[in-house]
Amino acid sequence: MSEKLVNALVNMKEAEAVQLTKDLLESGEDPLKILGACQEAMDTVGKRFEKGEYFLPELIMAGEMLNQISDIIKPKLKGEAAAKTLGKVIIGTVKGDIHDIGKDIVVFMLDVNGFEVVDLGIDVPVQKFVDTIKETGSKVLGLSGFLTLAYDSMKETVDAIKEAGLRDGIKIMIGGGQIDEKVKDFSGADAFGKDAMDAVKLAKGWIGG
Amino acid sequence: MEKTWEEMSAEEKQEDLFQRWLSPKDHDGNDIQFKSPEAEKSYKERVTRIKDAIQMKKLPDRVPACIFPGHYPIYYGGLTPHEAMYDYDKCYEAHKKFVLDFDPDMHTGSIVAGPGKVYEILDYKLYSWPGHGVAPEQTYQAVEGEYMTADEYDDLIDDPSHFFSHKYLPRVFGKLDSFPMLPNLTGILEIYGVAFNFIPYALPPVQEMLKALMEAGAEALKWAQVMGGFDEEMASLGYPSFLAGFTKAPFDTLGDTLRGTRGIMMDMFRRPDKLLDALDAITPIMIKMGVNGAKMFGRPLIFMPLHKGADGFMSDEQFKTFYWPSLKKVMLGLIDEGVVPLPAAEGGYNSRLDIVKDLPKGKTLWMMDQIDMFRAKETLGKNACLFGNIDLPMLSLGTPEEIKDYAKELIDKVGKGGGYIMANGAFFDQAKTENVKAFVDFSKEYGVYK
Repeated sequence: MSEKLVNALVNMKEAEAVQLTKDLLESGEDPLKILGACQEAMDTVGKRFEKGEYFLPELIMAGEMLNQISDIIKPKLKGEAAAKTLGKVIIGTVKGDIHDIGKDIVVFMLDVNGFEVVDLGIDVPVQKFVDTIKETGSKVLGLSGFLTLAYDSMKETVDAIKEAGLRDGIKIMIGGGQIDEKVKDFSGADAFGKDAMDAVKLAKGWIGG
Repeated sequence: MEKTWEEMSAEEKQEDLFQRWLSPKDHDGNDIQFKSPEAEKSYKERVTRIKDAIQMKKLPDRVPACIFPGHYPIYYGGLTPHEAMYDYDKCYEAHKKFVLDFDPDMHTGSIVAGPGKVYEILDYKLYSWPGHGVAPEQTYQAVEGEYMTADEYDDLIDDPSHFFSHKYLPRVFGKLDSFPMLPNLTGILEIYGVAFNFIPYALPPVQEMLKALMEAGAEALKWAQVMGGFDEEMASLGYPSFLAGFTKAPFDTLGDTLRGTRGIMMDMFRRPDKLLDALDAITPIMIKMGVNGAKMFGRPLIFMPLHKGADGFMSDEQFKTFYWPSLKKVMLGLIDEGVVPLPAAEGGYNSRLDIVKDLPKGKTLWMMDQIDMFRAKETLGKNACLFGNIDLPMLSLGTPEEIKDYAKELIDKVGKGGGYIMANGAFFDQAKTENVKAFVDFSKEYGVYK
């Protein structure tokens, strides 16, 4: 039956996936195995996204189905689900910019690919990034931004990390609607990504490979 | 005898709107008095240049050189967006300096900042603006949300206007929260219905709301008089005002500010039929919005910012099912009324070029952002004039030399045979002055057709 669940999730059959989860739990299935099936399904969704078969709507729908299933399963879990992760990645939309859709997709894709993501949200002050790097010891930071003003905020953030003496210990990637090689050079980041799969590849290359 | 509007063909209507654009009027309907014979000559040459590029019937004298900025003129003029939203005269002067300094073939008015006070009076919640959620030196940004819930599709489809007044507007304007107390206007039938239907206007919350509306209206008019004066002065100096208004792709109307990105994308799976019905219901409204603007201002170009159909936002199949059919209907509806739609393909549109390419020739103008322009020329560009493609990272961080090299390539390849207007590819707030100057000046020099 968990094979069916994987298929339902991969094919965006929301009602079926939710029902199958309930049925599985009722039949005494181990909640961790159900989560495993979800993980398998999300891997496939991610691969289809990478191949250009799936796009934003499927990622949003997959995230939504995953949330619903997690809500159903959580009460049955007994704190044993601490899955091992590839590492911690900090993500946030830079100061002055409140766009979140691109950032959320990156968070989702990193998450389903096994990273622990610290999502700082939108309009994140420079100091907040610096503090979070110190607190978490994360080795990868992703800065998101949609507006041209984000170029400056990205640069300020990278500069502040340098000043705090943390630059050598962290890899920084940037992304957003109007980001390219030029903006990467200007901001002082290590790399830029065109989409969420780029973010996963970069993070894997740095800490998860 | 002259034909009435209804008797004209789409072709004749378009020509009529271009002719009206060539002879600009002031707010009382009188001919604009040009400041000099040179200004008049420049004005007519500029409109004709843009017209020839769009219609693709004859080669323009040169590639038109245009700038379609966002808040750039405000920063360039030394203002913060906050100042521009609250001091209309300063906003006017900043835009005037921008147009005179860069000397482009058109201008896009001075309305981008908008009147901050009007939004305050109405307690507008759809945007954060300088001093209200974002810093004074930053631009306003939309606050996404589900301002229409998933179970309200039938309400919207049955009566979009009533849905807006009774559900949507009270959610996005704090001061319009008493709209739902007002009866449906179509209930005012015969003498029996009159008195009952006017009782709600006596209720204190409704009167409070009406006061806010009157106050907002007075402030908006004050602002509009300054901004309308700008268009008139610019015309008198020889610079045509580019746009006559805007409308949207129905999918974006629903997705941007009603259901939100997440909401509409889940609706594609959860309730595809309702979504398609709603798109149909909105389509004629989007057509009228554009046509009314063009007729009122006497200019053919209607702006259409395209958002959720860009590369990566959905598959080509989803684009063909959910995005393109209603957008195409809106564009054809506008074209039928002589209007020239100006869709701005923000982001990438590379995989859509083959889908959108079959529009009637010489009837549309496409603003292109992160797009392979040379392939665009071979596909969409066979029927449509292309506009833009100088990208924002290049404008902000590049050098004039890089800009000129790319502009040369654009003029050589995309400008070949006409059907191209040089401009930036997306709206920009920040840029290097010398970079903006570079593509405008270079096009004037190098873009002359021989």
